[in-house]
Amino acid sequence: MSKGGIILKGLVKDNPTFVLVLGMCPTLGTTTSAINGFGMGVATMFVLILSNIFISLVAGGIPDKVRIPCYIVIIASFVTILQLVMQAFVPSMYEVLGLFIPLIVVNCIVLGRAEAFANKNGVLDSACDGLGVGLGFTCALTLIGLVREILGSGSAFGFKFMEGDGILAFVLAPGAFFVLAYLMVIFRKLTGNL
Amino acid sequence: MAVESSFKNMVLRLSEVCLVCSALLGLVYGVTKAPIEAAAVAKTNAAISSVVPAFDNTPSGEVFKVGLSEGDSLTVYPASSGGVPVGFAVESNTNRGFSGTVKVMVGFDIEGNICGTSVISHSETPGLGAKMTDPSFYEQFKGKNPSSFKLTVKKDGGDIDAITAATISSRAYADALSRAYAVFQSITCKSECNE
Amino acid sequence: MEILIIIISAIFVNNIVLTQFLGICPFLGVSTKVDTAMGMAAAVCFVMAISTLVTYLLQYYILVPLGIEFMQTLTFILVIAALVQMIEIILKKISPALYKALGIFLPLITTNCCVLGVAIMVVSKEFAFGGEAHMLNLGESVLYSVAMAMGFGVALILFAGIREQLELSNVPKAFKGVPIALVTAGILALAFMGFSGLV
Repeated sequence: MSKGGIILKGLVKDNPTFVLVLGMCPTLGTTTSAINGFGMGVATMFVLILSNIFISLVAGGIPDKVRIPCYIVIIASFVTILQLVMQAFVPSMYEVLGLFIPLIVVNCIVLGRAEAFANKNGVLDSACDGLGVGLGFTCALTLIGLVREILGSGSAFGFKFMEGDGILAFVLAPGAFFVLAYLMVIFRKLTGNL
Repeated sequence: MAVESSFKNMVLRLSEVCLVCSALLGLVYGVTKAPIEAAAVAKTNAAISSVVPAFDNTPSGEVFKVGLSEGDSLTVYPASSGGVPVGFAVESNTNRGFSGTVKVMVGFDIEGNICGTSVISHSETPGLGAKMTDPSFYEQFKGKNPSSFKLTVKKDGGDIDAITAATISSRAYADALSRAYAVFQSITCKSECNE
Repeated sequence: MEILIIIISAIFVNNIVLTQFLGICPFLGVSTKVDTAMGMAAAVCFVMAISTLVTYLLQYYILVPLGIEFMQTLTFILVIAALVQMIEIILKKISPALYKALGIFLPLITTNCCVLGVAIMVVSKEFAFGGEAHMLNLGESVLYSVAMAMGFGVALILFAGIREQLELSNVPKAFKGVPIALVTAGILALAFMGFSGLV
């Protein structure tokens, strides 16, 4: 498959959020605004691409029985690197996303791609796969964040376009579930993936 | 898979992976340590300079603690200009928030007027209590002196306009401010007594 | 009194699934039957209490004294993964009955983010239960984690009960499966919002 094809597959056909329904915790927990969703998506993409590259490099040398612990160590290392880098250069974003940054370790998308793609494919293909799935996740999170922000606080990407408050429930927990549910239905309709 | 799952192989490879990863982490930690500390200091400094009158010293270098009651103390950053004290930034906190601790930097000039307040951290509900970070709420404290401006919400007979539908968060904010003012009073009393 | 506040706040006010969004995957995945939901809830409670105990000791007796708190994520997830494996092996040996009930859920728990989430939460956040804000001590940490797990159980079992009923109703084709489950969870979250401000 071409590199572009791999990226597109992660973005649409295997979209981690709307099709595979993976990594639901950060999807619901961090999308109170478009910016926050975008930040979480990029953070996950960072770990996804690096761990995919690294795992595809070492996969040949790791005995089958200890591969999962090895993958977890590698993923956890990149997550920690991400934590340190974010604390140093974007501390305000790190504070907003909080607990969900270390929890990228247990995001099934990352381990899932390692197991399903990176350990049987070349470095470049794995990087593309990480990029595609990461982009799919980022787009989904930004979209959910945007819808919640528009409905809940009457602004988009931090720019207020409406006087007063929005429908508060959409910024709070219930709104996360509702918006994700309806976006999922729309995505299914559009891609004919019923 | 090219490598056989023998006991020796498993232990060896797993240790290798751990070793490489730990080394990598140590390296990144070393590189980012200074920027992380700098970011924390920059955040405190930004909060201080947004709440006290113009100063030319380094308040974070002259920091001291003032006790309120036993086991309860607040951090004070004194600001001075040309050696003359111009005000104090008090890092106040309260646990009366709707969902946990609220930390507020409160700045006083030397007369005890509130020059500004800035939320350092909170975990209030987005869209409700979280509005304590909106200028429309915290601007009302600017220039007020707690000796004449009663630091409780209007509902409780004070002078503070509470955030709509977030009285508890507003009360918490008022509490943090009162605590800061108590610290301010004990500082100024001390310096007067010394004089 | 404080114990009661910890428990109520953890189960209802700060429900781990419906207000903090941790453990959503098993919440959506294994909640189609009340029986399996109960098994999962019990397994999570068991693992969470033990892993919080171990990671708490790890944090304060190894990571902090050595000044390597930045290794927290890495060590915690490894310890939890190893612990789950160990519990599985021990349970198989000493209590086959319990293993039969909980066994199939144990491997799923490693990737359940509420275990790691709570482990990190208790060592990194200050809590104020009626009194001064403070870091939790060992006993409170374990109690808090058990209460959190109970909150997970309550949400899971309630949700499973609703989904069992939902099986019988006529759901629009596009909503079948996950979307309708999410809508249900949203309504449940609305209901749980009613508890906020209780403590």
